[in-house]
Amino acid sequence: MQNLMEACCSQCSHSPAAPCAQYLTCRTEGPLCHTDEQCREKRVQLINAVKVPETADKKQIIVCGGTGCSSSGSAQLAELLRQEIARAGLTATVQVKRTSCHGFCENGPVVHVEPEGTFYTKVQASDVPEIVASHLVGGQAVERLLYRDGAGKTCRTPKEIPFYAKQTRLLLANCGYIDPEQIADYVAVGGYRSLVQVLQHMAPEQVIEEVQQSGLRGRGGAGFPTGKKWAAARRAAGDIKYIICNADEGDPGAFMDRSVLEGDPHAVLEGMLIAGYAVGSTVGYIYCRAEYPLAIKRLKIAIEQARRWGLLGRNILNSGFDFDIILKEGAGAFVCGEGTALQASIEGQRGMPRVKPPRSTEKGLWQKPTVLNNVETLANIPLIIRIGAERFRQIGTANSPGTKIFALSGAVANPGLVEVPMGVTLREVIFGIGGGIRDGKKFKAVQLGGPSGGCLTEQHLDLPVDFDSLTSAGATVGSGGMVVMDENTCMVDVARFFLAFTQAESCGKCTPCREGTKRMLEILERMCQGRAGMDDLADLERLCRVVKTTSLCGLGQACPNPVLSTLKYFRNEYLAHIVDKHCPAGVCSALVNYRIDGEKCRGCGLCLKNCPVQAIRGEKKSPHTIDNEKCIKCGACQTSCKFNAVVTC
Amino acid sequence: MSLCCCNQNNQDKQKSLAELLTKYKEQPGALIPVLQQAQEIFGYLGPEVIDQIAGELKIPPARVYGVATFYAQFHLQPRGRHVIKVCQGTACHVRGGAKVLEAIKKQTGLEPGETSKDLRYTLETVACLGACGLAPVMMVNEDTQGQLSPEKAVKKIAQCD
Repeated sequence: MQNLMEACCSQCSHSPAAPCAQYLTCRTEGPLCHTDEQCREKRVQLINAVKVPETADKKQIIVCGGTGCSSSGSAQLAELLRQEIARAGLTATVQVKRTSCHGFCENGPVVHVEPEGTFYTKVQASDVPEIVASHLVGGQAVERLLYRDGAGKTCRTPKEIPFYAKQTRLLLANCGYIDPEQIADYVAVGGYRSLVQVLQHMAPEQVIEEVQQSGLRGRGGAGFPTGKKWAAARRAAGDIKYIICNADEGDPGAFMDRSVLEGDPHAVLEGMLIAGYAVGSTVGYIYCRAEYPLAIKRLKIAIEQARRWGLLGRNILNSGFDFDIILKEGAGAFVCGEGTALQASIEGQRGMPRVKPPRSTEKGLWQKPTVLNNVETLANIPLIIRIGAERFRQIGTANSPGTKIFALSGAVANPGLVEVPMGVTLREVIFGIGGGIRDGKKFKAVQLGGPSGGCLTEQHLDLPVDFDSLTSAGATVGSGGMVVMDENTCMVDVARFFLAFTQAESCGKCTPCREGTKRMLEILERMCQGRAGMDDLADLERLCRVVKTTSLCGLGQACPNPVLSTLKYFRNEYLAHIVDKHCPAGVCSALVNYRIDGEKCRGCGLCLKNCPVQAIRGEKKSPHTIDNEKCIKCGACQTSCKFNAVVTC
Repeated sequence: MSLCCCNQNNQDKQKSLAELLTKYKEQPGALIPVLQQAQEIFGYLGPEVIDQIAGELKIPPARVYGVATFYAQFHLQPRGRHVIKVCQGTACHVRGGAKVLEAIKKQTGLEPGETSKDLRYTLETVACLGACGLAPVMMVNEDTQGQLSPEKAVKKIAQCD
């Protein structure tokens, strides 16, 4: 038996054609259909290869294979480790494993050694011989590769790293630990057990009741109660019903769905299977962005494996329940995150939203009742069944139970994936887990919820992060993007940035969105170029109101949010752009002048050499100056200066 | 047909397209996967290919064009051997993504959406590559490159043949 999911001997009888109801229990708890010590031993060994018990002499060296670490060369690293381990004669006792994202991307490639949990960051190919010789052979951790926290303290395991210690990783628990391309790894850590529980012990109504009791709200952005959606779809009349997993994460600044899909794809499949059983559906679709090739590859593998082992298909685990999943690649349209647009896209049309009602739960894909859930929502389902609605409710807040994964990025010291119970404060996420602002700069704002969200400021740092409190402050949880901004960010430019995005992504079906976003963008562009007047500001505010209240779908209704929230909290910056023709953050190049600080300038001549228009003058070793008449404000001088002597004014 | 300089190759491509169309002919909602796979075969969706798809799937060519031009993924013109997608997402934006794009524009002489005459590069911008922890980021073909500076990006691109 090479794999936990294979037959251990001829007495094992399960096959998708003749499914055994006890198949999964047999895999994880021991042969039930026959008693054979040898089979039991093989099974324990295979489970241990995933779990690694404390006492085992077998070690695992786990190399992160997420997109971040892969881009820093982790595949090559894993190969080198394998070679070096073979050279040291340790192949029998050390297993090299490549998993998916640990969420600590900036510190990648990340390598950790189990069972002791030693966590190495920024590992280079040249470090491999030392890790093998010192750690694996000599038993001494390589000190210099350990993570040092803000205070300079060496952290040996994730438990000691503030970034991890302060998180509650429930949905991400498997990410970075199991091999996402091995269904057996997922089963060995308790995967598909919730499906078994549901199929064998619960009626569909009971499943819906449990999800309703848990209080789970959709993680795609709107926060609609999941159980309520399922109940409506179950009630709806229809011979065929569909489950759709929305994996078209298109918000700029969000990558949590990507990590769940890449790191734990079976959890999403299991969630869909349970949803299918509860609602009475036999067909599921996963609509995944084409920009996520690794997620698509792993989903394909996961679906194929689940089919091969009889967990997808007909008569699953001899329960009489049929369910299969079709993977659809998105074709690149942000508006397809909107449920009705996504359904149009699956049907082979332009992805344009339609008027609701009827809701998708009544008339969705191909006019049939359809449940559309986001990746993270579905990944919560096996967890809820496993721990029960009551315990799930105890996590998070009363109105927003459970955890939420945030994609923390921007000007923060430790960007990455952060899973926290709902209700923790923004301060805890940004400063406690994220390590505060990088390069000793000052916190200015945090942008939450992507193009449909808004910017919050210092006064909101103690606000609890949940659906209701963020919405009342003018932002949204949205899909969970959290982009931190420091003093070098221009808020007018940020508003322009989001408008440029929504304007380009507007499907064009309804006039307020199609024309409104275009006019709004033009005004913001004029502001950034110093060509706007106070009339423009009034027009902008009016357009925000009109587009927000009259657009057909969520894209149009929410796209004024970044403008409205920046106008509310950073009005001074707008006024500076309009009245003073000045960009306080020094970002809008048309409004920026460069100056050389005479005290800091060493006269090295680098800026002079890099200036494309010869606007810089000065003798060697004496302070240089910039001729503002000639300057084209390209910023080449500032980027090239090693002494921070080029300042904006 | 002027789809490919090599006739033998073109015959293979035509055969693949025919097989693809046979497979999807009767399936509802087949248009997008057909366009995706046809683009994979030919590299882009030329007028002949679109006509053929429209004919076989019994969909008016105007609707096929409607769908093909709606989604960012479809291309009606040939594309370069190396497709550079520079991320202009929020995280990349606040960490200097615009400067990386500027440097690449200057190096390749291309504006986003353009393909060089020698078909070496296609330059595109994308809204988010989902690797925000490594911002600024670009993707050269299937390869994601993170923590870029304008110099580092230019160097990577110069390494493409």
